[in-house]
Amino acid sequence: MIPTLWYLILAATLFVIGAAGVLLRRNVLIVLMSLELMLNSVTLNLLAFGHVLQDLRGQIIAIFVIAITAAEVAVALGILVALLRNKNTLEVDELTTLKG
Amino acid sequence: MEREFFLLLSGVATISALLVVLARNPVHSALALVVCLVQIAALYVLLGAPFLAVIQIFVYVGAVMVLFLFVIMMLDVRKEAQTRYLRNAVWPGLIVLALLAAELVTLLIQSARLHAVLGPGQPITEQPSVEALSLLLFQDFLLPFEVASVILLVALVGAVVLARPDEAAAAGKVDKPHSGGRR
Repeated sequence: MIPTLWYLILAATLFVIGAAGVLLRRNVLIVLMSLELMLNSVTLNLLAFGHVLQDLRGQIIAIFVIAITAAEVAVALGILVALLRNKNTLEVDELTTLKG
Repeated sequence: MEREFFLLLSGVATISALLVVLARNPVHSALALVVCLVQIAALYVLLGAPFLAVIQIFVYVGAVMVLFLFVIMMLDVRKEAQTRYLRNAVWPGLIVLALLAAELVTLLIQSARLHAVLGPGQPITEQPSVEALSLLLFQDFLLPFEVASVILLVALVGAVVLARPDEAAAAGKVDKPHSGGRR
């Protein structure tokens, strides 16, 4: 029998690592992958609480999270391909169109 | 026995998550993320959600990461691998991350309300069946289910429109560089 707190600590660790990837890396692809990692840690939290409360609604919301993530990745990679075509870069700090 | 499994899976998941952030080559990052997602799917089995584990393998490892690898294959990653981290934002980013980690650890360790909910943890006795899950999904959550399908359709159309090559640029009209901005 595993304490549920362990799952929460693992999810928090993965969330912080994913946030590190989002905040520190320059490549847009790596930033997107780190975002996937953060979403997975949230799903892990949902399932852990659904398990400890014996409630299936955690799994339902996790299914929705996975579906929306698939949609988000499709749109984000489309934007990325268009970005590379128009700006010819994938570095985060070189995309300063909104800076004015 | 379960604890050993949990420690093994979470250790491999943490190490591969660190590899995602630290790797120089984006292909290595993607493969490390695949490893991490498979470990998390195994953790879902430990949490009594085998259906979610299968969905995780199918959707994340089968669709999302293959899409990532496909995009990496189309792009030139060799040029991108020179500087890994943002030049001016490393120290502010690390400070924000340290604050976030301290806050999460404090909340997890010290919150009395959270520990009242958690209790000693549940054994894996009877697994909730896929039948109960589908009944709940198609009875109580029918409207969100339909909305999610509409969102998937919109994302499909949006991805096709976004990734379509620009006809104006393809026809040689390079005097209007903003014509592709809205696509």
